[in-house]
Parts: sequence; structure tokens; C-alpha cells
Amino acid sequence: MNSGLICVSLFTADGAGIWIASILTLAIYSFLYKDNPIYRFSESLLIGISVGFLLVTTFDTTLLPKAFEPVGKGLSVMFGIGGFGSIISFIWLLIPVALGLLMFARFVPKYAWMSRVALALYIGFGAGASIPANMQSYILRQIDATIRPFLHIDSFWSLINAIVILAGLISTLFYFFFSKEQKGAFGKITRLGTFYLMIFFGATFGYTVMARISLLIGRLTFLLKDWLGLIS
Amino acid sequence: MPLQVFAFELYISDQPNDDGTRLTVEWDPLPPDDLRSIDPEIYSLLRSESPDGEFTSIDIVSRLDPSRRKIDENLATGRSYYYKLAYSDSTISWESNVAGPAAPEENWYNRSRTNVLIGILITGAFVGIFIILGRKGKSLYLRPIAGLNAMDEAIGRATEMGKPILYSSGRGKMERPASIASMNILGSVAEKVASYGTPLIFPNNDPVVTAVAQEVAREGYTKAGHADLYNPDNIYFVTDSQFGYAAAVDGIMMRERPATNLFFGTFEAESLILAETGNSIGAIQIAGTDSSIQMAFFIVACDFVLIGEELFAASGYLSGDPQVVGTLKGSDYLKVIIIIMILFGAVVGLLNQEWFVNLFLTA
Repeated sequence: MNSGLICVSLFTADGAGIWIASILTLAIYSFLYKDNPIYRFSESLLIGISVGFLLVTTFDTTLLPKAFEPVGKGLSVMFGIGGFGSIISFIWLLIPVALGLLMFARFVPKYAWMSRVALALYIGFGAGASIPANMQSYILRQIDATIRPFLHIDSFWSLINAIVILAGLISTLFYFFFSKEQKGAFGKITRLGTFYLMIFFGATFGYTVMARISLLIGRLTFLLKDWLGLIS
Repeated sequence: MPLQVFAFELYISDQPNDDGTRLTVEWDPLPPDDLRSIDPEIYSLLRSESPDGEFTSIDIVSRLDPSRRKIDENLATGRSYYYKLAYSDSTISWESNVAGPAAPEENWYNRSRTNVLIGILITGAFVGIFIILGRKGKSLYLRPIAGLNAMDEAIGRATEMGKPILYSSGRGKMERPASIASMNILGSVAEKVASYGTPLIFPNNDPVVTAVAQEVAREGYTKAGHADLYNPDNIYFVTDSQFGYAAAVDGIMMRERPATNLFFGTFEAESLILAETGNSIGAIQIAGTDSSIQMAFFIVACDFVLIGEELFAASGYLSGDPQVVGTLKGSDYLKVIIIIMILFGAVVGLLNQEWFVNLFLTA
């Protein structure tokens, strides 16, 4: 009954796509048995397609709109309208483009050191820009969220809840204190922090496994319903 | 029907602490006297760039809105704008007086984030002091970390077995702190494997990380006095696709059979796929990540795991670099201040002193 459906779907555009996706799914799953040529083929295909896609999207979303087009416009303005302002604008435009080009210096061993300038700027800017955001979201907001409940204690249990969170935060912070060995009273506090961490890991593990199972169900549904038509 | 314009005022002001793209529009309680008999629930907020020009509707205003204000966003810095409220139905067409001109101004300093600045200055001061102390040769103690103590053993095992070591920094971009810490660890690992002559394989997910990793590994090999053993072909870009990368690293593990897998950096859903495959080939595995959700997966599948900030500690611990160790010591003392602040905040919170709690509010 179902084999007829498969044959029909194979010769339509959508059906051919479903066949290819299903076979590749099984090819990847074959790794669960052991490494084999079918898995290697699908692995290479996946990597090749993703790198090809990366090249195209980088050209379309980065190189073209952020380098080629602005430089082309800048050149036409400089030679068309002219003026000191257009030259300055063009130079400003060339700085990031030149920094990007410095990355290609890696291909010439003699000048490979020049790529470090671009890398240093990239890493320095990225790391520096993340400092205020991290201070805000990982420190100030966490402090606020921990102590604000103490302003709104309206029952015994709300007090207990606030204290449980406070104790968890402080003991976990102490766990990540590296200047002192975890011994004695300090060690007991860090042990409490370890319990909190384990509870967190258990909860996130269970939660994420649930999410992964739903991904597996989605794939099995695709194979059994869209491909084989075994379930409706 | 004839348009009726009544004396009803809107108040336009520049939105403070912004990038010069917002204006605040405020109004008196609605309805206006002239519409009291109809008492409309919804009005239109109109905007124009000239008082006599065409006004376009940008939002609706409810008379039930207790804040009596709207923030108009995505405006051009320095350009003048005019506003008015309008209401029309089959019986009446009403408009308020035109309010304006008002131009959004760019603010160089966001006063609502002064606490962020103070926090950064305090952190910077602590870190700076400890870096100076470290450079002056003061001994800065760091407690032992189990996963790091196993690092030598893991590298030694690979050497004894004559198998390579596989290193992965996950999917983090180079500017992420975990990726930077990972590169610091890579430097120390490269130095050790260079002295043992053990191959180090590092498939990458990001081209910039690849470039940095090649530089760091080259320096590690050079420091160990074995620059000739460095092979840039062992540190290569695979793909930026998450599961393409996972599939590739799994394949590499099955084919190259590394004796040791080191996973340090930012990991996402690929963490368990990598760690499980590594486990299945019997590799000794050490992992460290700042991705809180992925730590649980590493804990179940790896032999040793550096939890959260231990990853950053690892780079200081392995390299002994006073700059990294000083940063770590500085952050330790910052933690003490945070704990004191939290305890004090809890007490004053119980005493209903909201001013102290509000010190940590950020916009």
C-alpha cells in the first residue's frame, strides 16, 4: 500500500526532495552503528554544502554591501563630485576594508605578521564592547534580582524563597573563589554551592534531553509520515 | 464635516540618555473638554517634519493609558518634528494644537548606566592592582583545579599510545571570553605537546578562531623549542555549520582515534555529540565551557570538566601569566564585594530601603 505512494512521490519535485532528505538522514544515523563510507559521503556533502553556503552568504551579506558597493560609491563620488570631504569619507571607508585585506597577508609568510593587527583590533573591540553588557546582565541584574524580593516579603514562604536563592547565589559564588582552598567552614559553604550546581545541571540536563527527544520525534515523524506514509 | 482645532496641548521633549533617535510625547488627561460628550477611547498620534506639512499617523493613543506618554523611535538626530493628536468619526473631526518643533539630541553619556561604569571601574581597579602585584613578583595563590591536574596525565597518555590529541574550542566567535581563554589554554597545551612530539589536531568552526589558533599554537611550539614540529595543516577550518562541524569532528575522531580530547570554549548542542563519540573511542576527555546548559552534558560524558569560571582560571593556572592570574585574583575580590553587597542589600531590603536596591537597576 505504502510502496505505491513512495514510487509516486519519488517522481515529483517535492517527493524527490523528501527522498534525498530521508536517505541522508539514514546515512547520518548509520554512524550510530559505526563509521562507514555512507556516513563519510553524507558528512562530506554536509560540510561541502555548508561551506559553499557560507561563501555565498558572506559575499552577499558582507563583502557586497559593506565593501564593494560602498567603495564603488565612494570612488564615484570622489571622482564625480570631488572635494576634500569626499576624499576624507573615502579614506574612512578604506580603513575597515584595508584591515579586512590584512587577513590575506597570512598567505604570504614574510608578511603574515600583518594579519595580527586586524586580529588584535577585532578581538580587542569585541571583548571590550562585551564588558559593559556583561557587567549589566551578569552582575548588576543578578544582584538586583537576588535582593529585590526582600523588598516584597509578604509571607513566610516568600521569605524562605528569597533566602534559598540568596544562599544559592552566595555559596555558588564562593565555589568559584580561586584564592582560597576549599577547606574548613569555607569548604562547607562551597560544598553547599556544589549541591546547587548539581541541582542546576540535573535540571538543565533533563530539560535539554526533553528538547532533543522532541527533535528526534520530529525526524522520525518525517521519515514515517512524509517519506514512508506509515502514519497519518 | 469641518475640521475643528481645539486648544489641547501636547508636550514634546527629547528622550534623555539615548542615541538621538527618540522623542517623548506627553499629553494632558483625555478627553479634551470639547470631546467630553463623545469621550473617544482611541486617538491618532500624528507626526510631520513641518507645521504646515502633511501629518502621518504614527501610533494610536488610548485615553486609558495611565502613563499619558509615547516614545517615538527611529527618528533622525537633529531633525525637527511636529506632533498633534487627532480624532474623527461620522460626526466630528478633531485635532489638537500642533506641538513642536522638537529635535532628538544624541547623548554622549547615558546617566542611567552610571552603576555599570562604577562597576567596571571597581573591577578594573582590582584587576589592575593584582596584575601589577603579579608583575612585581608577588606570589598569587590559586587553588588546585582537578581537571587541570589531569591535563599532564592526558597529554602523557596520548604520547605513550602514539596517538594524537584532539582540541576543540566549540562554536564561539573569537571575541567571546571563553574563546580567548581557550586560546590561552591552547598555548600551554601546544607547548607541552611540542616537547613530547605528540600531534595536535584542531578542527575549527570559525575562520578567525582558526587564524588565532594557528598563531597561538605556532608560538607554543616555538616556546618549547620545537618550531619545526608545528604543522599548520593540523589546525584548520572545517565549516561554520553547527552540525556539519559536529559530523566532521565525529568523523575525525573515528578515523584518527585521538587518545585525548580537549574541549575548551563555547559549546552548543554539539557538545554531547562530540563528547559521546569521544567516549565511545575510549579517549580521555577534559572539557571546560561557559555555556551553562552544555556543562551538564560534558559532566556525563567527559572524565574531567572545568565548570564555568574554572575555564578562565585554567588559562591563568596553566600559563602562570601574571596578567591572567592578576585578572583572576581581581575577580575573586570583586566576588567578595558582590557577596557583601548582596547580604547588605537583603538586610536593607527587609527594612524596606528601596534606594539601595535601586542602585543595581539598569536601563
